[in-house]
Formats: sequence, structure tokens, C-alpha cells
Amino acid sequence: MARNKEALLLLLDVGPSMHCVLPEVEKVCSMLVQKKLIYNKYDEVGIVLFGTEDTDNELTTEVGGYQHVVVLRNTKVVDGDIVEALQQLPRGTNGGDFLDAVIVAMDMLIKKFGDTIKGKKRICLITNAQCPIKDPYEGSKEEQVTTIAKQMTAHGMRMESIIMRGKLSQDANKEIMDENDRLLNIFSKETSTRLLYVEDPISLFGALKTRNITPVTVFRGDLEFSPKLRIKVMVYKKTQEEKFPTLKKYSDKAPQSDKFATHEVKIDYEYKSSDDPDKVIPPDQRIKGYRYGPQIVPISTAEWDAVKFKPEKGVKLLGFTDSSNVLRHQYMKEAYVFIAETGNTKAGLAVSALARAMREMNKVAILRCVWRHGQGSVVIGVLTPNVSDRENIPDSFYFNVLPFAEDVREFQFPSFTNFPASCQPNKQQLESAANFIKMLDLAPDGEKEVLLPDFTPNPVLARFYHYLDLKSKHPDAAVPPLDYTLRKITEPETDLVLQNQAVIDSFRRSFDQQGNPLKKPRRLLREKINDEGKENITAPPANLIEYTSIKVEKIGDSTPVQDFEAMISRRDSPDWVLKAINDMKNKIFDMVEDSHEGDNYAKAVECLVALRKGCILEQEPNQFNNFLKHLCNFCQEKNLQSFCEYLATKRVSLIPKTEAIDSDVTDEEARSFSVKSEPKGD
Amino acid sequence: MEDDPDYDIFRDEDEDPDAQLHTENDSNKEYVVYLVDASPKMFTTTCLSENQDPETHFQIALSCISLSLKAQIINKSYDQVSICFFNTREKKNLQDLNGVYAFHLPEGDYLDRPTARLIKEFDNLQDSFSKNIGSHHGVLPGSRENPLYNAIWVAQALLRKGSAKTVNKRILLFTNEDDPFGCLKGAIKSDMTRTTLQRAKDAQDLGITIELLPLSSPDEMFDLSKFYVDLIGLEGDDLVSFMALAGNRLEDMKDQLRKRMFTKRRVKKFKFTIVDGLSIELNSYALIRPTVPGSITWLDSITNRPLKSERTFICADTGALVEESTRRFHPYKNQNIVFSVKELSEIKRVATGHLHLLGFKPLSCLRDYYNMKPSTFLYPSDEGTDGSMCTFIALHKSMIQLNRFAVAFSGSSSRPQLVALIAQDEVIQSGGQIEPPGMHMIYLPYSDDIRLVEERYSDTSGVPKASADQIKKATDLIKRLDLKDFSVFQFTNPALQRHYAVLEALALEEDEIPEIKDETLPDEEGLARPGVVRVLEEFKTSIYGENYDEESEQGTGKPTEASKKRKAHSEFAKKECESYDWGELADSGKLKDLTMVELKYYLTGHNLPVSGKKEAIVSRILTHMGK
Repeated sequence: MARNKEALLLLLDVGPSMHCVLPEVEKVCSMLVQKKLIYNKYDEVGIVLFGTEDTDNELTTEVGGYQHVVVLRNTKVVDGDIVEALQQLPRGTNGGDFLDAVIVAMDMLIKKFGDTIKGKKRICLITNAQCPIKDPYEGSKEEQVTTIAKQMTAHGMRMESIIMRGKLSQDANKEIMDENDRLLNIFSKETSTRLLYVEDPISLFGALKTRNITPVTVFRGDLEFSPKLRIKVMVYKKTQEEKFPTLKKYSDKAPQSDKFATHEVKIDYEYKSSDDPDKVIPPDQRIKGYRYGPQIVPISTAEWDAVKFKPEKGVKLLGFTDSSNVLRHQYMKEAYVFIAETGNTKAGLAVSALARAMREMNKVAILRCVWRHGQGSVVIGVLTPNVSDRENIPDSFYFNVLPFAEDVREFQFPSFTNFPASCQPNKQQLESAANFIKMLDLAPDGEKEVLLPDFTPNPVLARFYHYLDLKSKHPDAAVPPLDYTLRKITEPETDLVLQNQAVIDSFRRSFDQQGNPLKKPRRLLREKINDEGKENITAPPANLIEYTSIKVEKIGDSTPVQDFEAMISRRDSPDWVLKAINDMKNKIFDMVEDSHEGDNYAKAVECLVALRKGCILEQEPNQFNNFLKHLCNFCQEKNLQSFCEYLATKRVSLIPKTEAIDSDVTDEEARSFSVKSEPKGD
Repeated sequence: MEDDPDYDIFRDEDEDPDAQLHTENDSNKEYVVYLVDASPKMFTTTCLSENQDPETHFQIALSCISLSLKAQIINKSYDQVSICFFNTREKKNLQDLNGVYAFHLPEGDYLDRPTARLIKEFDNLQDSFSKNIGSHHGVLPGSRENPLYNAIWVAQALLRKGSAKTVNKRILLFTNEDDPFGCLKGAIKSDMTRTTLQRAKDAQDLGITIELLPLSSPDEMFDLSKFYVDLIGLEGDDLVSFMALAGNRLEDMKDQLRKRMFTKRRVKKFKFTIVDGLSIELNSYALIRPTVPGSITWLDSITNRPLKSERTFICADTGALVEESTRRFHPYKNQNIVFSVKELSEIKRVATGHLHLLGFKPLSCLRDYYNMKPSTFLYPSDEGTDGSMCTFIALHKSMIQLNRFAVAFSGSSSRPQLVALIAQDEVIQSGGQIEPPGMHMIYLPYSDDIRLVEERYSDTSGVPKASADQIKKATDLIKRLDLKDFSVFQFTNPALQRHYAVLEALALEEDEIPEIKDETLPDEEGLARPGVVRVLEEFKTSIYGENYDEESEQGTGKPTEASKKRKAHSEFAKKECESYDWGELADSGKLKDLTMVELKYYLTGHNLPVSGKKEAIVSRILTHMGK
């Protein structure tokens, strides 16, 4: 447990110029301790304040000096007391000397830990470094700082400094700030120190690493170019989601009096036979099944292991390619980082040479990776150079996993140019959009980029730990609103919006949001054609599209033939075919009946021809045949023989078996039908 | 391969549960009838197959269908297929027409989903074909039989089920007879031609696509103009390119990648707030997601019947069965802090709305390590207006022109986070859309998610940086090892293809599992080319110097504290290990009386894994000693 124990001293500047940011400092430091209470509860934390009114530290009493430095809490195993102390930091009255504080902190760490827990002694300095440090008794400030930094390295201490600048610092003497920056830089060079300048409260929140995770290599071995050229590398995860803590299910079944109740809920999984729901199948009697079509194929783990894909461990280069051949959105997973093996200068040089050459030529490398022995799959990914401009940080590569052919879904989307003119922005609108984009700039020239992921904390986690601490004191507390500072992550910065109100207003005016709905009944079809075109399937015949676009529900008087054709081709329900046929029959009856001296005959026959065709297509020949027979009988009864005669001249006959398989009518019968009816009419 | 079916970190967030249901069931299904000419000509004409064995056209058609079915059962297993032969001696079809034989399983429908059994029976069909089905001359002078006409009719009847709107219906016609009515003359010929064409047209009018896969022999090209040009309705340029394409299509059918097909569907619909009072309705789509071998069903190993899993909650204190609790707790400062599920979801609700624009940054600000999971594609929803479409297009165009990406906050309920929106222009290559137009949403990490690895390996005494000459040598190397037309689509996943191959072999009870080519291996031949070897050598020399011996490099690196400790520990263990008489202990069965620490001496001393319970360790030792 205590193997990874860390001792951390927080060196906080509470001088007057820091007062405006102290609320943020309080929040971030208390969160750091809250997280330690959960994940590293054996870590020790101490608090040293400087710029205070009072003076309270061991060095003052021992040797004098070191004024306005207060040891608020001596290093101790994290507890609620430290959290509370951090939540109410006293406001100081003096300009703080950060070097004094650093020396006090070093002294504390050496006294308490000596040479133990090497590398786990950490000092975290938060200041705006606006006040000058005192001149040393002998030598220059630079020499003094160098000596201290060397001491620090010798004792295995690490220091990180978070310095407020920009909006977070008030007008201060630039000379002093520059001098302090120089001094802090010495620390950064001499010790393994992170030196961060933050300009806004969010970055302050994100700059302090609130949880320490010792990275573990994903792979350690050769980056193989060819059997003859191998570079020793170590691969680590560069990003890894810090998950929302997993909470356990709570059971209140235990009696109130039971002090040792765990309140846990155990989850039990049982596999039961589908035939006999009371029969529990033990794990060794279960076998995995994989779907193959409608069937499920059982494959035992042993069988599987014998035949499955077993690639050899190793990282191999496939080649280099232009960086434009890999698109940013094709990255699949968390990123990795490739670093040359520690202490291996030659490998470091090789990585450095390749990374620099790749950056110059705008190239990336494609790798095939099998990280572990026994891994069941390979990973294809892209290696991009990460050239460091600091002399104590090595060059390295980033690596991102790329998709396989099976992982890419080739969905088609309409081109923007396919949309009507009302969807196309005009020149003025484009200009307004460009202005809008330029004004809402989060990384303006010469200023620090805002919302840099490296300095942007997860607001949900911050809120959770805050609430957790709150609930430990007040169990019934409601969820507090999202912190004001953190809200700037989730909403646009009000300052930025206010400054550019004019541009935003003009942007809003340029785009009429009312507009006409985009959705038209034809959209579905167009999409379908697009999809099909891709798969080399011929689109349905043009007439079919026309029909389906208008959904005809009844046959009207003006265009009965078209209506009928549209209706009978509707495919949204099988009922339309019969409905169309019946409607058409009625229509024809009406026409023949209402005909005055045969003026409707031509139209009726037109409809009849359409009906005949429809019945053949839909394989409903008997519908037509029976109707035609019925119609002729009807005509004879009603003394409308003239229609039958007219029919005969137009050669409309029954549907024979040769035209539709389901027909009961022979060719002979069909041909003779019209002839047959004539004599009757005489 | 993930063993746990419930665990899928890549599952899309907040998916529409309805959308999920319809993925593979209904939409975009395909019903296909394979119509295979079985006339004697199909058996007499041969061409050389890939391994130079003569193969009849009939065999080619059959193997092509078989391979196609095997791909289909994995890719789109909800499709339905039917295989019909025409010009056959026997007849078997719904309409009882002559010369058409519809092949199907006794338990299945004529048109049915492909099953392992169907594929197997179909593979066996070739041997029994002449006995059970038999070949027959189709159209003969003096006969009024027209098997081609009948075949189209049968196919059309089979394809009657399913609405043409949701189902793609296709007839794939395999034949090598370019003039089916060639032996006829005069009126009979024109009559048969006419009725057959009419038949085909009627089928097409019903929304059925007829595709022709002509088989030509080297000495006799398939002449489309004789008959089929009218049947499939080709015109102009299409006609010219058809034959060339037809050959490819046959190859494509054989080489179909086993790849599960997904129907285009949105993951989620949401509102993208640009500024107050201005928003765009967007749909999100998952264009890139890792494909997994498919879900696992637990079976009873005796009956092979699927099992039902049941989950029960038990109170750890009282052992009572409890309902799923709505309260959770987390230990903190020696107490259990209890939360309600509602409170927890309230904590996660940090933003109003779905996607809120925060600003823009130059593309160079998007570092390579800002990545957490596969991106999501955004396209304006058709439920919006032309006004919102216009806004989207304007922003899209301007972002591309200005080389900027948008930063937005995505307030999803599972993980609210910052996202980068990259505008992607449409890319069309040889008629196909390679990249659709729209925006890609990339999920950005928080500072909590980023590890400071490089800084950990900073060295106050400076780190190696390459010289100009070394960089030059690296440049030469990169130029030599260039993959010119690299595209992420080019590699298939060897593990997944192997999985499908194993599954197929087991389902079809084949003896051998076909070898899958691992396309991801480096091009060894290319690497052995003298030019490549030379630049590799030069680069190596510039870094490592002449006469570099790899082994000597090892260990020159400063050993870390931990590695020193490990080394000391293993040396100690080796020494300790010698003080036991392991053989004796094993024979007398006293191994189990030793402590774990003692047992581990043996394991460490012999470089064996030290993990596991005592039982496992003892058995590992015994195995190692060969007992």
C-alpha cells in the first residue's frame, strides 16, 4: 500500500496580489486532497503559506529569518482536517518570498523523510511570482537558486510551479517578474520540474495534477524497421480516461444497530436452461455460441484457443506515407506515446532523427503492433512525430490506432451542392460566417490558448468530489450548482461573447432560421438511389419513382388512368392493389353507365386497358377477366351493346394464360371473347 | 477479442434503442434469386481456373454462388436467397413449369435466409446434379417450351414476398448462351423473344432488378447484342462497358470481404447551439467503429440449447434478496457516503442543451494525442429548415477556408465533454463518395485524462537530439520506405477474418480451416531490395556507428531502481531455490506444505510466472519438473 506513498507540500502564496485567485486555489487544492483521500489515502500532505502576516516555521526559530512563512499544517497522512484548512486559507498581508518558502519546505521534507521515499517527495508552488525575493548573504540570486535546486535533486525531490500570469496577475513590476521567471526557470532546468504559466482560472484548475498515476508500459522492446534495424522503445498510454468513480450499490437491509454492516449488494448471475427454468447450469457446463446466419455454432474456449489468430509479439514498421493520407477523424482510441528506452542514447538519437525528418517532410509512419504475447489481434496505427523544443525533454512519437476495412461503414450522404438554392449561403452570409469564426477565436495570436485540453479539468469529477466532501458533513445536502469557474468549460465565455456582440448579431441576422422545412416526401427515395448507385444496383425504373412520389389514395375523375397506376404501384401496403382494381372497376362502370351517346366510351376503354395491364402486372388476371365478363353482361342487360361493339373494335380481350399464369382463360377463349359477345348484341 | 459481451466501451452513447432494433431486421434487406443456366453448353465449355485446372462454366457459376453465400451469411444474414436452375431435365417449382428446378432445403422455403445447411447442400450439389436435376437442352426447334421465360417467371413469383420499398429484389442470371433462341427461326423465334422480353420487363416493372453475369470462353465472346441487350435494357455507353464490368462483378462476388454490413442510421439527433437563439438540428452517425466478432450466446454444452441468464441482487449483510437499489455509496473518510441515482445523474448534468459552440481554433492546435475514442459524424437533419442547412453549409465552408475547427461542449448524459468539430469536404473518387461532406466530432481529453509521460523522462543533463546528418539519413530512409497510396481502408482485420473462417469451417463441418492471409505484415520482399537495405544500413551507421552489436547495447542503459530491485530479488530467489530438494518434496507430496513465498522461489528461480493460487502454483511446479 505504502509503496507508492507520496509526500506533497503545497506552497501557497497568499499575499495581497493573490487574493483574487485564492478561491480557485482553495478549490483545486482541496480537490487534490479529496482525491487522495480516496485513491491514495496513505499519502502525506503539508501546507506552507507565504506572504502571510505572521511567521511560524521551524527555520525561524532555529536560525532566524524566513519571515511571513507559515506552516499551516505539518506533513501528515491526508485527512478531513487538511481539506478544511485548504478550504479556508487565510488572506495574507505581505508580498511573499517564494524562495524562502521553498527552503522551508525542503527543510521540512528532509527532517521528516531524510533519504527515504526517493522521487516521491513533491513540492507544489502556486504563486504569481510578483514580489522580489530577498538578496542572498553571499553570491547572486541565480547562484543561490542553483544551489538549492541541486540540493533538491540530490534529495530526490521534485517541484512543480504554477505561476499566474495574464489576466490573473495585476499590474506588477515587469522587471521583478522577469527576474523571478528567470530564477524559476533555473529550478525547472535543474530539477525535474514542471513550470506552468496559467492565465485563466480554468487552467489553474487543470494545471495541478490532482491524481498521480504511475504510468505502466504497454510495450517495451523493439520498433522493428527490418530484421537488421531495430530501435529500443517504450510505449505508454498518453491519454486514458479518468473514469467517474464506480459506486457500489447500497443496501439498507442491515439493522441500524449493526456498526459493521457493509451495506453492499452482491450481484449473482445464474445461467438457466431454457427448457427447464429451475435448472441452473454450472459454469463448466456452459459453452460459448456464435451466430452463423440463423444458427448458433457452439465453440468451446479450448477449441477456440487452438485455432484462433495468434500473432507474434512485436512492433513492425510497414512504411511511411504523407500525413494527408491519414485523416484526423480516423483515430480510433486513446493515444499512445513511443519513447526511446531510458538511458539508451543511441535509441534516443534514432527516435530524434526520425521524428525530426518526419516532421520536416510532413510524413507519418504506419505500424503494425502486437503489444503483448498472446494478444488475439493486431493493431494498425499511425505514428506521428512529437518534436520537443526543450533540451531536457526527449523527442518522441505519438501513436494512434487506425480502423480496419471492416470498421469503416460506407454511408452515403447527399452533396451540399445537391440542395436547393435556398440552402446555399450567399456571399454576404459566407462573409458573416467567416467573421464570426475569426472573432470567436480561442487561440488568438500572442495570447494563451483557452480551453487547452491539457489544462482543462473535468467539471463532472470536480463537482462529484466537491459534493462527496459536502455530503460527508451534511448527508442531506443537495447537489451544488456547477462551480462558476468550471461553467466556462460548458458554456461560451461571456466576455468573449460581449466583446463581439456586433459580429454575433450580424451573424444571427444573416441566417434566417425560420425557412422552409427541408423534409420532402421524396427525400427517402433520393437517398435510396444514392445508396444503390454505389452498390451497382440499377435504380428502379423511372415510372416507379414517379408513382410513389405522389401518394394517391383514390381514383379521381380528371386523370383516372394515372391515378390508378400510381395507386396500384404503392408498396406501403399490399391492400392498395385490390383497392386500386376495385376503384377502377367502379369508375369504368360509372363511365359506361353515365355515357351519353357513347361520349365516355373512349375514356372508359382507356381505363379498361390500364386495368388490364395492371392486372397482368400484379398477377390478378381473374379480377380483370371476371370484371370484363360482368361488364359485357351488364351492358347487354342495360341496352348498352354499343359499348361492347366499341370494345371489340379496340381489341380489348380477356387475359389469357400465356399473359398471366394464374388466368383460367385460354388463348382461344380470349380471342373469341369479343367476337362472341357481338352476336349476342344483335 | 472481447470475451465479455456486456462490456463494449465503444458502444455509441445514448443510442436510440429503437434504432438498434431495426439495424439488421427489416430495412435494406435484399432478396436474391440466383438463376443458373444448366444447359449442356454450360457443362461443355471450360476455361482455366486460377490454378490452371479446367473448370466448366457451370462449376464457375456454382463456386461463385457458394462463395457469395458464405460472405452473405456473415455480412447480411437477414437477406433471403433462392437458387434456381433452368434448362433442367427435372422440374421443381411453385408453378410447376417445365425446365426449371428451384433448389431448396426440405425444411426451408424456396426463398429463405441462407443457412449453413443450405451452403453445405449446395456445395454437394455438383456431384448429384446430373442424377437428381439433370441438364437439358433448353429451346429446341419444334418445341414451344421456353425455359428461360419460365425461369424468369419462377423467379418473379419467388420474389413476390416483401414490399419493393424496403427490400431490394434481384435476379442474378448466370449463362453462357448469348442467343437462347438461336436454333429457332421465323415467327416462333420472334414470338419467343418477344414474350421473354415482355416477361423480363414485367418483372422489372415490379421493382425487380435483373442482372446478367455472362460467362464467355476464350474462343467465343458472349455477344450481348444477340439477345440480352434488350432483356437487361442497356443503352449507349453502358453497353460498351458492360462486358468489362461483368467480368469484374464475377470476381467481386467471389472476393467479397466478410464484413458485417450496417444500415445507415443515425445514432442520435441533437441540437447544435451556435449562439443564443441560433441552432442547427443535427444527426450523428457512427462511420467508424471497431467491428467485433458478434455477440456470444451461452449454450448448454450438453444440449447446445441457449441459456437464459438471470441476475439477482443479494444484500451482503443479511443475505436477503433485494430489488435493484436506487442508492449507491462511496467510502470516504471512513464513512459511507450515500447517493441516490438521481443525485448522481444530476452531478453529470453540467450543461444545458446537447452541443454548445464555444469558439474556434486553428487546426494546428488539435494535437495528435487529443483523442479518446472513435469520432462521430455530424450531418444536418432533414427535420431542420433550409435556413439551418444554409447556416451549416456557411460555417462548414468558412471553417475549411480558414483552417479552423470548432470547440464545443457536448452535454451527453454518460460523459459530458469538450469536442472538436472538424469540417470535412466531400471527397469523390472514381464516382464513389470516399468522404461524405459534414463535420467530424472528435472527443477531447480533459487534463485529468492526459498523462505526462514525456516529462517523466526528462533528464536534467540533457537528452539526445539528432544531428543534421542523422536527420538527413532518416530523410533518405523515409523516402525509400514510402507507401504511396496508403489508405486506412486497405487492411482487413486478420483476427476477425480468422474468426469468420473458423466459424464457417465449424458450421459447415469442414475438415480444414482455410488460411487467412494476414495483410498487415510488412512487405519483406520490399525490405530486402538493395536500395532499401542500403538506406537502412546508412541510417543505422549514422546513429549507432560501425560494427554495432545490438546485444552490447543492452544493459548500457541506466537500470532503474525497480529493475535493480527485481534483479536482486530474482538472484536472491535463485539462491534460496537451491537450498530445497524440490524433487524430494514433490515426490513426497510435501510441496503443498511449503509457504507461498517458498514456492515462489522455485518459480522465480526457473523464470516461471508466479501468479495464481497455491494449487495452480504447485501444479505449475510439478509440470515444470515433468511430474
